[in-house]
Formats: sequence, C-alpha cells, structure tokens
Amino acid sequence: MDWFYSFPNMNDDTLRNLKKTMDEGFKAFTRQYGDVIESFFEPLQYFLIQAERFMTVTPWPIMIVLIGGIAWIASRNWKIVGGTILTLLLIGYFDMWSDAMKTIAMIFVGTVVSIVIGIPIGIVMARSDSFQRMVNPILDVMQTMPSFVYLIPVVMLLGIGKVPGLIAVVIYAIPPMIRLTNLGIRLVDKDVLEAADAFGSSSWQRLKNVQIPLALPTIMAGINQTIMMALAMVVIASMIGVQGLGQPVLRSVNGQFFSLGLFNGLAIVGIAIIFDRVSQAYGKRLQKHQEVVHG
Amino acid sequence: MADRNIQGAGIKIKNLYKIFGQRPSAYVDAVKKGMSKTELNEQHGHVLGLRDINIDMPAGCIQVVMGLSGSGKSTLIRHINRLIDPTAGEVIVDQADVCKMNQNDLRQFRRHKTAMVFQKFALLPHRTVLDNTVYGLEIQGLSREKQEEQARRWIERVGLKGFEGHYPNQLSGGMQQRVGLARALTNDAPILLMDEAFSALDPLIRMDMQTVLLDLQKEIKKTIVFITHDLDEALRLGDRIAILRDGEVVQQGTGQDIVLKPADEYISSFVKEVNRGRVIMVDTIATHSGAPAATGGVTVRSGTILEDAAKTMTDANQQYATVVDDNGKPTGTISMNSLIQAMVTPISHLTSRAAAE
Repeated sequence: MDWFYSFPNMNDDTLRNLKKTMDEGFKAFTRQYGDVIESFFEPLQYFLIQAERFMTVTPWPIMIVLIGGIAWIASRNWKIVGGTILTLLLIGYFDMWSDAMKTIAMIFVGTVVSIVIGIPIGIVMARSDSFQRMVNPILDVMQTMPSFVYLIPVVMLLGIGKVPGLIAVVIYAIPPMIRLTNLGIRLVDKDVLEAADAFGSSSWQRLKNVQIPLALPTIMAGINQTIMMALAMVVIASMIGVQGLGQPVLRSVNGQFFSLGLFNGLAIVGIAIIFDRVSQAYGKRLQKHQEVVHG
Repeated sequence: MADRNIQGAGIKIKNLYKIFGQRPSAYVDAVKKGMSKTELNEQHGHVLGLRDINIDMPAGCIQVVMGLSGSGKSTLIRHINRLIDPTAGEVIVDQADVCKMNQNDLRQFRRHKTAMVFQKFALLPHRTVLDNTVYGLEIQGLSREKQEEQARRWIERVGLKGFEGHYPNQLSGGMQQRVGLARALTNDAPILLMDEAFSALDPLIRMDMQTVLLDLQKEIKKTIVFITHDLDEALRLGDRIAILRDGEVVQQGTGQDIVLKPADEYISSFVKEVNRGRVIMVDTIATHSGAPAATGGVTVRSGTILEDAAKTMTDANQQYATVVDDNGKPTGTISMNSLIQAMVTPISHLTSRAAAE
C-alpha cells in the first residue's frame, strides 16, 4: 500500500538525468545560437536606446510640454492634461524624473512592439478558427506562467540588459492586444460585412474599410490593457537590469527602505493613470459617431 | 464596366436548389426525387432552403419575391449575387452563370452588375452619409472627384441633401434607408437587389419609400428584385410577383393574376385581405357585347385600376363606361354593378378556378 500514501513518482536518477539533459541541451543551444539571436534583436536594442536617450536628454520643460501636448491631442480634455502635468511635476520634484523617463521609454517601446506584433496576429486569428485554436493556449501560458520562469532562458540567451527586459515585458503585455484584436474583429456586425461583400470588396478592402474601423474601440481597449500590463512588469524587469523606476523599488525591497519604495511605487501608479486616462479618452473620441443623436 | 446605355439586365434562375447542412450535395438527388423538407430534416439533419426555383426576371422590371419568414426569400435573393452558394442550379445574368464564376469574376460582377439594399440598412457607422454613399465606387477604384459627383447626385435624388456630413446614427430609420438606397444607386449597376428593404420602416415612411422607388424606376429602368413579406407592398411595386413557401415557388405572375386566380388556399388567404380595387384592372371585367351608346360618353383607359375607374364614373354620375385602348379605340364596356362586385367579392382559389374554366 506504499503507493497509496506516497505518489509513485519518477525514479530520482531518471528525473535528475532528464533535467540535466534539458539544461545541457539548452546551454549548448545558447552557445551555438546566442550570438545569432542577439544580432537578431539588435534593431530593437537600437530603437530602445534611441527612445531612452530622447526621453532623458531632452530638457524637462520641453518633455512636459510634449507629453501635455500629446495628452491634449488624444483626449481634448483640460482636466486630463492638467492631471498629467501635475503628476509629472510631482515626479520631478521628488527626484524621480530620470528614472520615470527611462520607464516611460521602456513602456513606449514595449507597447509599440506589442501593437506591431499583436494586431497582425489578432487579425489572422479572427480569420482562421484553427489558428485561433492554436494560439489561444499559447496566450494562456504567456499570461499565467510566472514571469521569472521565462526570464531564465531569455537571460541565458541574451544576458542581462535592456533587450531581455523588453522581451519579458512584451511577452507579458502582448496577450490582451492579440485577444482583443481577435475579439473586436469577430464581433463586427455580420450585416455590414455582408454589405461590404455585396458591393464586391476584396478581402483587404473588407479589412481596411469595415473590420478594422469597427473593431477599433475594442482594439483601443487592448492597447490600454497592454500599457497597463507593461507597467506592471517594470519592477520584475528591473531584476534583469532594466533601468527605471523598478530599480529603486527593488533596492527598497532588499534594504527595507519604506519611503523609497512608496515614492517610486506611487510614481509608477501616476504614470499608469496618465497612460490609462489618455488612451481611454482617445478610444472614446474614436467612437463619437456611435453616439445616438436621433432616438 | 457595365454598358451605361442599357439599363437593366435580365436574370434567369434555373432549377435552383439550396440545402443547408454538413454535406448538402449528398442529398440533392434525393430531394430532386421528391424527398420532403420534413423528411430531409428528420432523417438526415439537413435543412431544405430552396427547391427547384425557376424564375425568369425580365430586364428593366420590378420582380417581387414574396413569402413569409422562413420561406427562403432572403436565401433566394442572396443567390443572385452569390452571397450564398447554391447546392445545384444556375443563375444566369447576361449569358453568364453566376454560380460558375471564380472569385475574381464574382467580385467584378458584384462591383459592376449588382447593388444591394438591406433590411437592416447595413451602413458603415463610422462613415458619414457621403462616405457611405461612395462606398461602391470607392472599391471600384474611381477617383474621389467622380465618386462624390455621383454620390451627391443620388443623395439629392433620394431627398437627403444637406445631410451629407451626418453619421448614420444621427438619422432616423427612413433616412438611413434612403442612404442605403443612394449607396446602391450610386453604384450604377443594372441590377438592384432589395432585401426587405422597407420592412423595418413604419407604415407611412414605407409608403413614402415605395413612392420614391417607383418614381426612380421610371427614370433608371433597372432590373429590381424586391423581397417582401407584405402582399400590399408586393402588389404596389411588382411588375411581376413570385410567391415562395417552404422554399418553393407556389405561384408567379402579375399582381392581378395572383389576386384573381390564387393558386391555392395559402395564397387565397393572403389575397382576401387585399384592396382589390387597387389591383384589378378594368380590362378584366369589361364585357364586349354591351352597347357603347349606354355609357353616356364616359371612357376609361385600358389598364386603369377599378378604384380609379369607379371614381371617374361616380364623378360623371354614370352607371356605365367604355374601356378604350391607347389609341382611343373602344374595347368593351364596364358597369358600376360589375365594378363593385369585382371589388368586394373575395375569391377562394376553388371558385376562381371554376370561374376561369
């Protein structure tokens, strides 16, 4: 009855060998292809460094005007612009300006990469049920797998630095982008699609004229979610050398500095709220035509 | 490009079958041999959409297809531009079988030969009236200038001038369907498919839109296929009417044919409710033996409906009138008595058969 009380697990030696083989196999893979993969990500690194340089080198008053201007163009709402500028001033006053700019650069690049990869995948998913069946479990894994686990192979391949951090951010942040693009396109009114077909639209015209514009509010919600998820990854990414607001938080965890952690944590919250309000207001403005004026 | 001189193109639908289900082609032969809709559904889990449809729609006419919900009328109209693929049969437009076209030809066919108006309007909500109207020309790749020129003309023609910059949600149902109509007309295709186009509108606006369509048709002379569940609408619009039930054509002919000689109990139950004075023409009840002298000089044109004839006769205070053809030559006489009789007697399909024999 031994097997009843203790699970009949795999032989210890076999298990150890299995793990060893996997580890050695991956190490060999890293040695073999590490350089190739690193050079593959070089453009990304260039983009990231340029974005960060722009954000940190530009004098702060210009940055505040710039970010305030973007907030105005997107939201057309003075309250949101005012809140944005106030938050930025507070962050600067508490000496977190350069860290905040590095974080914003990271979020910006991470979001752009997520959009560029996520929207096409979402579109293909909406067009093919079998592709959807294939991608969905992968997205589930990406969202539930503890991020530390996929940090290990990324660090082994690319070392510590910005690019592995960015990859971690994108893996974590891209699923809502893909899912909501897929959902948005699948929810497009069948009658309108039929009309587009009846007038002889090609599938590209159908996508461009009907599916994307009608799915846009949902896609915007996906972008909003992606930004929020990317911000959530900032602290974890700091563990593998990503600069920004995550670093001081990490230090305050190690050294039990309560106020340092709190200030930087609040700065992350502040940036999150700016991004959220601005992108949501922009999404709402896109839907202006949906307002029913005629009862 | 469609030849712009010839408006309208005839449509011939031949032996068209549509079965919905996993393996429709496997059951076509059984259905052709007479398997009923219920049998097909119960024994094989397939739904019979259309059975052996044969309709010849002449160019430049309004062909109405009438039936209640589930009769297959919307399925039928979607076969003409092949939004639905048939299981068997042919749809011939301009000597070409729509069912055999490849994707590219089909797209060209839809762009240049057909335009469609939908029950639920199906406008693009993010586009203004003008941008909705140009849609057909835009995907044909015409220059924006030409698109707008055409679109503005038709927007004005359907009575929406001044609303070009509005979004569909800012318009009432009737106005939205005018946009739908303008969009279809701007496409300038010889065939206009209207799928219950006015069914979602309230009665007064529906009448209004019918008038708009009839007025337009005098000018554009397109082949219009109009789907409806409303017999009054069918009789008002249709040059020819086909009645569908359970995916089969039960009767086709002119409005008067259907009112005077309903093919079965199903149709006569519809016909009972119809205002017969607006459908039946004087020719039907004219006798050729009556003395022209007795009519007191009142004449009505051949092809006049009973209601109008009655009005002419009561205005002139006469019991009899002479029916004359287009050249003014007398062809027969009618009496007020026969007129009233024809207007009030509901004809069951049995008595009408007896009368016809």
